[in-house]
Amino acid sequence: MKTTNSGSGDVRLTGISKTYGSFTAVQPLDLTVPQGSFFALLGASGCGKTTTLRMIAGLEEPSSGTVHLGDQDVTALPPYKRPVNTVFQSYALFPHLDIFENVAFGLRRRGIKSVKKQVEEMLELVQLGEQARKKPHQLSGGQQQRVAVARALINKPGVLLLDEPLGALDLKLRRQMQLELKRIQTEVGITFVHVTHDQEEAMTMADTVAVMNAGRVEQLGSPTDLYENPKTTFVANFLGTSNLIEAEVDTKNGDDIVLKAGGGKLVLPESRCSAPTTTGGKVLVGIRPEKISLTHADDAGEIPEGRNRITGRIANSSFIGVSTQYVIDSTVCPEFEVYAQNVDRDARLAPGAEVVLHWSPAHTFGLDAAQDIDAGIQEEAAL
Amino acid sequence: MPFVNWLKRHFVVIAGLLTLAYLLLPNIVVTVFSFNKPKGRFNYQWQQFSTDAWQDPCGVAGLCGSLSLSLQIAVWATLGATALGTMIAFALVRYRFRARGAVNSLIFLPMAMPEVVMAASLLTLFLNLGAQLGFWTILIAHIMFCLSFVVTAVKARVMSMDPRLEQAAQDLYAGPAQTFLRVTLPIAAPGIAAGALLAFALSFDDFIITNFNAGSTVTFPMFVWGSAQRGTPVQINVIGTAMFLVAVLFVLTSMVISNRRNRQKASSV
Repeated sequence: MKTTNSGSGDVRLTGISKTYGSFTAVQPLDLTVPQGSFFALLGASGCGKTTTLRMIAGLEEPSSGTVHLGDQDVTALPPYKRPVNTVFQSYALFPHLDIFENVAFGLRRRGIKSVKKQVEEMLELVQLGEQARKKPHQLSGGQQQRVAVARALINKPGVLLLDEPLGALDLKLRRQMQLELKRIQTEVGITFVHVTHDQEEAMTMADTVAVMNAGRVEQLGSPTDLYENPKTTFVANFLGTSNLIEAEVDTKNGDDIVLKAGGGKLVLPESRCSAPTTTGGKVLVGIRPEKISLTHADDAGEIPEGRNRITGRIANSSFIGVSTQYVIDSTVCPEFEVYAQNVDRDARLAPGAEVVLHWSPAHTFGLDAAQDIDAGIQEEAAL
Repeated sequence: MPFVNWLKRHFVVIAGLLTLAYLLLPNIVVTVFSFNKPKGRFNYQWQQFSTDAWQDPCGVAGLCGSLSLSLQIAVWATLGATALGTMIAFALVRYRFRARGAVNSLIFLPMAMPEVVMAASLLTLFLNLGAQLGFWTILIAHIMFCLSFVVTAVKARVMSMDPRLEQAAQDLYAGPAQTFLRVTLPIAAPGIAAGALLAFALSFDDFIITNFNAGSTVTFPMFVWGSAQRGTPVQINVIGTAMFLVAVLFVLTSMVISNRRNRQKASSV
């Protein structure tokens, strides 16, 4: 008999790993998911995120390490004895049972006789009260997805595991379901562990995101923290877009580091640099495209003092309504991306124009130059 | 040319009707001649209408005994072959073991081999073992050749099953036994039922293998064959017609049931 959640519902993975023969799917990993949080495991396919999830569910046996749910060590427990439920990729609804019986399945297996009221309430929560007597194949993808959520949630698990639950839906429906899932999570207050390859999905839904790459957690933090302060090139490129500039440490000026890049100087707050900053050492300077302002070279004198600046020429611009995306050719970085809001458009900013890019040093981040500068770019493009 | 145009437009229907006629004509002849009152011992020429045979279907010595034996053997052979065949099919699809490839092709042998060869070699085996020919040797032979058909039917179904359904059941607190009973078996059921129906039909009307391995025991197909040498009692047509009607009734009932189920679903939408 499984015990339902009653308080200490943290998920604690300690030194957990999974190897298949000579292939290591998950490197030894420590991870704690606090109770009641919406936690996302984000990464490209094959990064080990689904394997990690399946080890929490008990569907995969870890090669080493332990899984704790609250104070209970569940490493050796089979899936049907763990207070954990899963929403599977492609849902895995039982095709021979109707929606009501699909949702009632977990309750019935635990020997609960009067399930009607609970099932009806649960179907109301996911807004499928009318569909109770239909078979899964008679429902649309979004409805099936909600049945899968209801079927898992009705058991009041300590933790709900979601394995790419929105992968099979089209974009519009996916947006809608993201909000829906978030609403349900807030309403029931259960810990959600969500596996996804979609960085936008992870950022909109989760309180905490763990970015995984090649069986390791690259960085863990809140969506804003990951986006504003990436610690590795993989995170910088996989979450949104980053412009990375190779630079050399020149001097230190109080809390700031002054770097040489091309012919110019860039300033970077030391607290925002995750790399060692010995004078003469190499650092990758990062800046997000929307943080950059674009000024025509003729007006360069109007740019306030104290901003980082780079000169270049507009190679390409594409107008997408709310903003315009520019690709700038510059000596320090071949393809500099800049997103400018369309507030006051300067007609001179057309391909071929000489421009100055400038931004506040506070928005700059520094990464260790020993990494692959393009890590995480391919993975996202392939999706 | 209105006639040619008419033919062109209705060609599919005409072809369909001709095919149906081709399939049904023998059954119609059997049915019609079950109401015949033949003059001699042979029921090959229409004489006059009579319901004598329908009123006394067991009127020929040994007929109903052989029929009941055939039904018993068919039921037991179906049960045995379905149980074994289902397990073999699951093993072949779900597990990787050393002799898997060999078993996979061995299972097809009884389907591919000429029946006479199997019949003769089985007889040799039974004689060498000193087995008493009769009910049990027939049953063993029938289970053997039905097995491959059941395995083929069930395997096709199991292969199309998503293993995640069983994982989902386990995730929802169903232990191994519950998972099998509540999820695996119901989903595999159509395949198992198809295999069982095939096994029943094959066992019921098998002649060659049965004839070799029956000893002095007589099954229904053997009775028909034996009596055809000396004369064909009308009762054989009666049994044949009755079996045809039972089969048709079976199909119709299942159609009506599934139709009604669909309509209920449609009305609840």
